[in-house]
Amino acid sequence: MKAKKERTQEKGKIRYLSTGNEACGEGAIRAGCRFYAGYPITPQNELTAYMSKRMEEENGIFIQAESELAAISMVHGASAAGARAMTSSSSPGISLKQEGISYMAGAELPCVIVNVMRGGPGLGNISPAQSDYFQATKGGGHGDYKMIVLAPETVQEMFDFTHKAFSLADQYNIPVMILADGMLGQMMEPLEFSADIQPPAEPEKPWALTGARGREPLSKKSLFLGPGVLEKHNDKLREKHDEISLREACAEEYRTQDANFVICAYGTAARIARASVDKLREKGVKAGLLRPVTLWPFPEEALKKHISGETAFLTVEMSLGQMVEDIERIVGDRKRVGFYGRAGGGIPEEDEIVERALMVLDKSGKGARK
Amino acid sequence: MAGKFSRPESMTDKTTHYCPGCGHGIIHRVMCEVIDELGIREKTVAVAPVGCAVLAYDYWNFDAIEAAHGRTPALATGIKRVLPDRVVFTYQGDGDLAAIGTAEIIHAGNRGEDLSVFFVNNGVYGMTGGQMAPTTLIGQTTSTSQFTRRPDKEGYPLKILEMMALLPGVVYLERTSIHSPAEVLKTRAAIKRSFETQLAGKGFSMVEILSPCPTYWGMDPARSMERIREKVIQQYPLGVVKNN
Ligand SMILES: Cc1ncc(C[n+]2csc(CCOP(=O)(O)OP(=O)(O)O)c2C)c(N)n1
Repeated sequence: MKAKKERTQEKGKIRYLSTGNEACGEGAIRAGCRFYAGYPITPQNELTAYMSKRMEEENGIFIQAESELAAISMVHGASAAGARAMTSSSSPGISLKQEGISYMAGAELPCVIVNVMRGGPGLGNISPAQSDYFQATKGGGHGDYKMIVLAPETVQEMFDFTHKAFSLADQYNIPVMILADGMLGQMMEPLEFSADIQPPAEPEKPWALTGARGREPLSKKSLFLGPGVLEKHNDKLREKHDEISLREACAEEYRTQDANFVICAYGTAARIARASVDKLREKGVKAGLLRPVTLWPFPEEALKKHISGETAFLTVEMSLGQMVEDIERIVGDRKRVGFYGRAGGGIPEEDEIVERALMVLDKSGKGARK
Repeated sequence: MAGKFSRPESMTDKTTHYCPGCGHGIIHRVMCEVIDELGIREKTVAVAPVGCAVLAYDYWNFDAIEAAHGRTPALATGIKRVLPDRVVFTYQGDGDLAAIGTAEIIHAGNRGEDLSVFFVNNGVYGMTGGQMAPTTLIGQTTSTSQFTRRPDKEGYPLKILEMMALLPGVVYLERTSIHSPAEVLKTRAAIKRSFETQLAGKGFSMVEILSPCPTYWGMDPARSMERIREKVIQQYPLGVVKNN
């Protein structure tokens, strides 16, 4: 199923049609990622295949690992050795990667993990879904840790956010996840980037394990024995998380300036909800869209700006309701937050969202859960 | 170099946490001697396992990292591919390598990764309290094989080296022991050969070292060494298993 990709280059811009998966791979390559390990799973296979080709072309390293457990551990090693490293998978495989993610978060190692979500639980199906929100944002592995989670909604953003993810990972020595879904991964859209786009500046990595030449030996670990030692490390991680929350939370808003009805949605659901906002506006509803770009840290301040007055909220997700718990927590009044979600590969339609919005409004902000 | 019994430069002066009569200390010692001898201390990156040797980086005077339990060869693969001119080895127990990390060791070998693997077979899970390992002998009692290991219920001792020998990517395999000074010297020589294999870029090599665990074998250190000589090597014959 390969569409012909005409590449054009004008005024220093490269432009072509790309799948989201491949855009993500190119974003990584252009960010200086030179190590990729992965294991096949739909709907992200185009990304693994793309990396197998591009890493060779760029003198990077591509490994098809024996499992996702191994793939993330390879990334663990590559990152500890100082490389910009990435792995990708879809929901069931991301469950296996939780082990390595927790270790890397504990050892403060940067890396980028792409989750092209599919329906679950279990083997679920291979259709787009957003049911790994909890896993991504609340720490899917064991221990107190966070990773930065970016939620693209276009093929262009699959490229841009992946590029950006490497700079965030390096800035904070933290795993960063691109949380996409099967729709974003497999659809094709125009992609454009500057022909001379540069990788984000790579900071010094004095902790990299490169051999103890002319220096004291280093170790990179997540094991902290001894009374109080781990607690201190946990506190240090918390401080880092606080700093990230303060500096990196990001949301995009659409027609919210005068809105008293705010739909909250990310990724594919946000794309659809945008159209629903327009339809609601046509019906005279002062609707707007608040789209979290970072799911962790959650853009609390952006949401809080809308809490005053009578504003009602509707959270739209391709899940049975996960992000809505954050919205409810921040809004502080469950009755003002409605929810519309479809899981298992179901995709909310524009009119379904409009219908649910009107229901929520009829009940003056007391939207029932689906 | 100072006198024969001085500490190798590749070892720190920390006192190890190992039990009396444990084999890890002896193996660390000869391994570090070899690293000194080959002059590779400053370009070595070690991967410590989850197991009794998890704190080995405190005793080794070179760069080291810890892996998730059993992922040791996968993590080492990541390092070695990024830094092909460094010497990368894993140091693993039989739970780490032969149970939870079976997939990782087989596939690192099958890819022919340029790694050295030092596999310490003490027939039990030391760190967690002496449970049965895949390598536990038939008839051996452990905390999780209280009626001894019986083939019909607990299966057979796993001979990893013989399995690994089938893989074309694996170039050198040897099983050694440390139950006598002569065997310790053979272990030292095998470790050296493994590093040399890697330095020559020839591919994957592994030394399985039979090692005592007096604490969880429930016998004194001298008796533990005897047990290796009398029983363990009957199940796990010593010598070169593969040399390409
Ligand atoms: C995922 C996971 N499972 C279980 C454990 C607990 N655990 C720690 S060490 C170990 C076994 C170690 O045995 P072995 O590899 O034989 O090394 P030894 O301690 O005997 O040197 C286990 C099961 C763990 N840390 N992580």
